[in-house]
Amino acid sequence: MGFILLGVFMLVVLIGVFSTIAIYNNLVALKNQVKNAWAQIDVQLKRRHDLIPNLVETIKGYAKHEKETLEGVIEARSRALGAGSVEEKAKAESGLSSAISRLLLLVENYPDIKANRNFQSLQEELTSTENKIAFARQSYNDQVYFLNNKIQMFPSNIIAGFFKFTEEKMFELEDKTEREAPKVSFS
Amino acid sequence: MWELISINKRKSVIIFLSMGLVLILLGFFIGQATWGGKHGGDIGMLIAISLWMALSLVSYYMGDSILLYVSYGMRADMGVYPQLYNVIEEMAIAANLSFIPKVYVIPESAPNAFAVGVKPENSAIIVTSGLLSALNRDQLQGVIAHEMSHILNRDVLLMTFAGTLLGSIVLLSEVFLRGFAIFSRGPRSNSGRSSKANPIQMAFVLIALVLSVLSPILTRILYYALSRRREYLADACAVRLTRYPAGLASALEVLSEMPSRVNYASKILAPMFTVNPKGEDHRTNMFGTHPSIYERIEILKSMSQGAGFADYQKAFSKVKGRNATVMPSSMLRGDEEVPIRDPYVDEPEQVKKQKDIVGIRNIMSNEGITEEHARLIASVIESDKPDPHSTIQSEKTEDFTYQRQGEGNWETFKCPCGKIIQLSPVFSKPAMICVQCGRRIRILG
Repeated sequence: MGFILLGVFMLVVLIGVFSTIAIYNNLVALKNQVKNAWAQIDVQLKRRHDLIPNLVETIKGYAKHEKETLEGVIEARSRALGAGSVEEKAKAESGLSSAISRLLLLVENYPDIKANRNFQSLQEELTSTENKIAFARQSYNDQVYFLNNKIQMFPSNIIAGFFKFTEEKMFELEDKTEREAPKVSFS
Repeated sequence: MWELISINKRKSVIIFLSMGLVLILLGFFIGQATWGGKHGGDIGMLIAISLWMALSLVSYYMGDSILLYVSYGMRADMGVYPQLYNVIEEMAIAANLSFIPKVYVIPESAPNAFAVGVKPENSAIIVTSGLLSALNRDQLQGVIAHEMSHILNRDVLLMTFAGTLLGSIVLLSEVFLRGFAIFSRGPRSNSGRSSKANPIQMAFVLIALVLSVLSPILTRILYYALSRRREYLADACAVRLTRYPAGLASALEVLSEMPSRVNYASKILAPMFTVNPKGEDHRTNMFGTHPSIYERIEILKSMSQGAGFADYQKAFSKVKGRNATVMPSSMLRGDEEVPIRDPYVDEPEQVKKQKDIVGIRNIMSNEGITEEHARLIASVIESDKPDPHSTIQSEKTEDFTYQRQGEGNWETFKCPCGKIIQLSPVFSKPAMICVQCGRRIRILG
């Protein structure tokens, strides 16, 4: 009789141990997903930074006198490269988005630019990069959401609390205009 | 993220386990019938399971024969298909993947796409050139997201194993039935040996026979039910990735109006395609690998509130009936608001016209209609006025006109050539073309 009781007890303990391990590993994986997603945003932002010099050069060839807009983009880019804290970065990047928008609006007045092969491939790359930035943010928010869910829900909340997993913050956009990527439609 | 969307979907698991149960039962009864005695059934089950494992191993390692299709095609690199490559990368980012699935383009005018690969890292998405020319960016993104969801949900793996289950069951049944037919003609003296076990043995034999006849059909039904369920799931996941249900919906609409027959696809591979490569997708039937394309479109179009799983579930119940559920509550638990994004680019009219022409040309390609004819037909359909100068009408059979009943429901009617056509309540064009005879059918009301 005593053995059976002991056996059952051992079984319960074993199940508990394995579940704990599984849940803990899951939480770790989710946390790493969040980190990964955050890094991805930076990757895409950097990609955008790298596209800009080429873009400016291509347009400069056709619209030399549009100095303000062109320089605006270059300035916005350096500001974004030099930004330090997360808030600074967010502001700078949104500034860059608007600068690029203005530049592309300007291109409407120069049909020659649209015919330029180099510009066309840049246009596709730019559109795609903006989409990727948006998706990277979306993905980051998704991962944060999944992590937070797991931290809050039972029974993983016990493990999370014990091992001090903290919730992450979602990427909130301060204002709606930030969300508008430069529309690159040329109909 | 995708731990939520693992193979542990309750209903999928139930279907899969049921198939497994059929296999084991079949093995048991066949074994018992063939050998009798205490362990006949056990031997039977063992054989059944070994058969399944053998087939699975073969499929798993032979999965690369699917890459035969790839040899027709070109690897889509940045330089060759920039937009496609970018769309795939975008979806990979949205799904938070650490790798980008390989993508291939095959030269086939029928628009379709499919995914292969049992392990996500080794997977590939294959797209026809017809698809690339027919879809705009939003639509292409929807289709790619759908295929990627198949990869992430391990559907290829699941359907491979389900396929081998089906295969084992069919094989076992066939072998037993044939063996029985052969041996029952033999000397009857065998059955005289142990008269005591006879009735029981007879019962086993009878059950085994019945099972052998029924199992293949039953398992096929289960297999196709599983396939359809995974399709709905892939649609739901795709929309959650793109945050734009209308994209996939309009892509499916475009695909529904064009022939999607891909010649070298088999029924087993069919589940991996976006639309049924065998061509018949207009109705959901028990033996269809894909749900009705119109149903899928309607569900997606009803997702006006948001792009999350809960929203898909809501739309699904709305279209299929109050009690219909497509995903387990574990996926819906606490799902937050998932807002729908704006479309990317307003599609210029020119591109739309191009698609209509391509569609018509595909349907009528056997009759040698020239580009000029096709353009004429396209413009006629767009303006819905009979062109007095056109001689095309008189060469073909007469127009057919269908008057809608107008209750906002699906309507079914027959084209004069006999083809049954189902009309979606949201179909807004003034005319359509019968895919069987090429006749123009005007839709009134």
